[in-house]
Amino acid sequence: MEVTVSNVTKEFARFPALNDVSLDIRSGELIALLGPSGSGKTTLLRLIAGLDQPTNGKILFGREDASHKSVQERNIGFVFQHYALFRHMTVADNIAFGLNVRPSSTRPPKAEIRKRVADLLEMVQLSGLEKRYPNQLSGGQRQRVALARAMAIEPRVLLLDEPFGALDAKVRKELRKWLREFHDRTGHTTVFVTHDQEEALELADRVVVMSQGKIEQVGSADDVYDKPGSPFVHRFIGEASELPVRVENGEVWLDDRTVGLKADGAAEGPSSLFFRPHDIEFLSGCGGCFDGVVVGSRRLAGARRLELELGGSQYRVEVDVPVDHPAALRSQINFRPKHWQLFSRSV
Amino acid sequence: MTSTTASTRWRLKEPSIIPGFGLTLGFSLAYLCLIILIPLAGLIFRASSLSASEFLSILTDERTLAALKISFGTALIAALINVVFGVLICWVLVRYDFPGRRLIDAMVDLPFALPTAVAGIALSALYAPKGWIGAWFTPFDIRIAYTPIGITIALIFIGLPFVVRTVQPVMEEIDREVEEAAATLGANRFQTVFKVLLPSLLPAIMTGFALAFARGVGEYGSVVFIAGNIPYVSEIAPLLIVIRLEEFNYAGATAIATIMLVISFAMLLIINLIQSWSRGRYGNG
Amino acid sequence: MADRATRFVNPVDERIGTKIVLTSIGGLYLAFFLFLPLVAVFIEAFRNGAASYWEALVEPDAAAAIRLTLLVAAIAVPLNLVFGVAAAWAIAKFEFKGKAFLITLIDLPFSISPVISGLVYVLLFGSHSVLGPILKSYGIEILFAVPGIVLATVFVTFPFVARELIPLMQDQGSGDEEAALSLGASGWQTFWYVTLPNIKWGLLYGVLLCNARAMGEFGAVSVVSGHIRGLTNTMPLHVEILYNEYNMAAAFAVASLLAALALVTLALKTLLEIRFGAGNAGGRH
Repeated sequence: MEVTVSNVTKEFARFPALNDVSLDIRSGELIALLGPSGSGKTTLLRLIAGLDQPTNGKILFGREDASHKSVQERNIGFVFQHYALFRHMTVADNIAFGLNVRPSSTRPPKAEIRKRVADLLEMVQLSGLEKRYPNQLSGGQRQRVALARAMAIEPRVLLLDEPFGALDAKVRKELRKWLREFHDRTGHTTVFVTHDQEEALELADRVVVMSQGKIEQVGSADDVYDKPGSPFVHRFIGEASELPVRVENGEVWLDDRTVGLKADGAAEGPSSLFFRPHDIEFLSGCGGCFDGVVVGSRRLAGARRLELELGGSQYRVEVDVPVDHPAALRSQINFRPKHWQLFSRSV
Repeated sequence: MTSTTASTRWRLKEPSIIPGFGLTLGFSLAYLCLIILIPLAGLIFRASSLSASEFLSILTDERTLAALKISFGTALIAALINVVFGVLICWVLVRYDFPGRRLIDAMVDLPFALPTAVAGIALSALYAPKGWIGAWFTPFDIRIAYTPIGITIALIFIGLPFVVRTVQPVMEEIDREVEEAAATLGANRFQTVFKVLLPSLLPAIMTGFALAFARGVGEYGSVVFIAGNIPYVSEIAPLLIVIRLEEFNYAGATAIATIMLVISFAMLLIINLIQSWSRGRYGNG
Repeated sequence: MADRATRFVNPVDERIGTKIVLTSIGGLYLAFFLFLPLVAVFIEAFRNGAASYWEALVEPDAAAAIRLTLLVAAIAVPLNLVFGVAAAWAIAKFEFKGKAFLITLIDLPFSISPVISGLVYVLLFGSHSVLGPILKSYGIEILFAVPGIVLATVFVTFPFVARELIPLMQDQGSGDEEAALSLGASGWQTFWYVTLPNIKWGLLYGVLLCNARAMGEFGAVSVVSGHIRGLTNTMPLHVEILYNEYNMAAAFAVASLLAALALVTLALKTLLEIRFGAGNAGGRH
């Protein structure tokens, strides 16, 4: 089932949470809504679900306009951040709930419901726990019960709000991998919300990066990491070093010197240069490169991160060097980014 | 509780740098014994001096049985009515915003604060055959005061805040996500309320019911005025204790009091069991 | 746009019509069972005009009842206040064996019929008891005298202060006290300057409820008082006597004072809740 979000705006008491957002979600796709808190990602998810009503715009399921449909009619599967399991019901009753509340004309017979519950429990690898209460399960198990419960109604779209947010780091990694496999097996159109870029990049077919109620960029993990569409995306995804530069005659200038980077096709004038701290090459001697003085050094897991001062002491950037690099404080380092991105500042 | 140190000898309290344990606990226990435990023990002692056959003959006396039946019957009906309307009132107070909500919320506690005798004479002024409300029913030959209906009305008054104040805080804690989850699974509002929300409130509702019921069984002041106190018809067990005392029939008073105490303690035990059971299963009370 | 807004049904809310119906049912129930009796007290009190109202209050027996009620509350409330603070200190600041059982015992008077609370003292100090005649030989009268009334009142209001303070002090933990002690404060200084300011609103809340019940207690006091006019009649007992003499206006006049006390208690309680979030709106009483 494709889902189309078309020019959707959502205001909460005059405060805009989403501002003219459009998005096409392809059938069978696993898509991540990624952004910091307050970026509108959960709002967008809730609008797709029908838990909230857009102030403006439309949401289509396939060709059909779902904007006026209630959440009950939309037939979506929603997994809540804190799972929202019914604590007075057993695992089996939780999963069967969506079937049991159907009117008798469309409700499957009892035996079929029981079989469906057993199948779903097997699918989420929790067979044998049907008689337990949510309180008697671990966080990861509750997560999977919530997923099975959402799947029981054979939803057209599966929506997950921070699905791993409440889990500890180890369980989170395991479940991430498991969810990817689960998606590949079932092929459901799936949208999940996360603030964890690693999670989004690893898991999703496409990542939707959001900020301040707007979509900044939509693309594959490679797209958003290697070709960030905006300064925000570059800063938010991966690490970024940033320098205020100038583009003149197709060359990048820092103050009064060129730094050896060709800026073909970039707009002339003041720009921001972005590069990844680890994605640089070191040079010896500097005829057109960055020339920095080491002012700080700290150990990362597999590298050493240096803080450099450039252009006297006007600018500071960070670069990564091998752990055995002999960079001492106040020593000079000449480098040039291997990949970089320019964003014009003359707007 | 074994201590973390190597020594595992029995100790009354865990070590603490805060002073005053001996003084405060000692005073508390002494006061508790003096005011509550010794007098209660006196009652038990008195009851135990009755022979079993004496005890049984008092309890199986028709008037005693009728009084117990009226006390427990009216308390049960009043508590059930209060559960239905008390939960509804909780819902309105917790979920809806309307002018005067705060005032109504405060009013719910009136039966806690209003002396029972005042409530008693006010209710009988309302429901007596010539009273404000009673007069409407007199033409239809329906009597409210001086019948079990009147007793039930007094117990509804007394019991309402127990239900509301027990259920209200738990209802305030309901996670909106749970309701939304039910809706995404296709449940309509009615199903969400009756299959998801109310069952999850059941332990609190049962506790509120038990508290209202226990209070109703023992209630005296608000009932005696409206009840009319006709033996076998509208005479409640606490009143029968008073009557036996006035007749200097201490054995009779003691026996009825003992059986009521036993039932009260059973109720208390049930309340505690409900709470620990629901904590064990659902994670909280 | 307006059209769409009205068509959207919030999945965790009811339709406006349902809301109005539920709110009306709850409002009517409260109006009928709580509000109407309260109004009845004041209207009946002024039925014969303000002059006879005033007369009913200054009449010597009524004045004596008012004085006795104030005296009883002035003894019972401070006693239970001291006990409440001591018990809460022991229970909240220390871990010791049998704590849960102690809390249950403190709650005990809540689940005992007021009549039985009075009865235990009759059995302890009555003429048939062991203690009664001995005390009498020394000229000490407990039953049918002020000490008995005080004891019965202390019994029924026993848990009020402790019940408010225990959960409050448990929530606050002992961190503040440990800090004060580590800074060199003595135990008493810690209590006065650190603990007391932390619990003062909860304490006031408990005292208010305790006082309301102490002044309004009817059943327990009725059993031990002997109903001697001008001597052992508290206000609620005086109301009963006037009522039974069909002196309705006077009965309701005295009752209206107690009702006013209840309203003041509720108002202060609500104010405390709004301003300081003290207490949890009642719990069980």
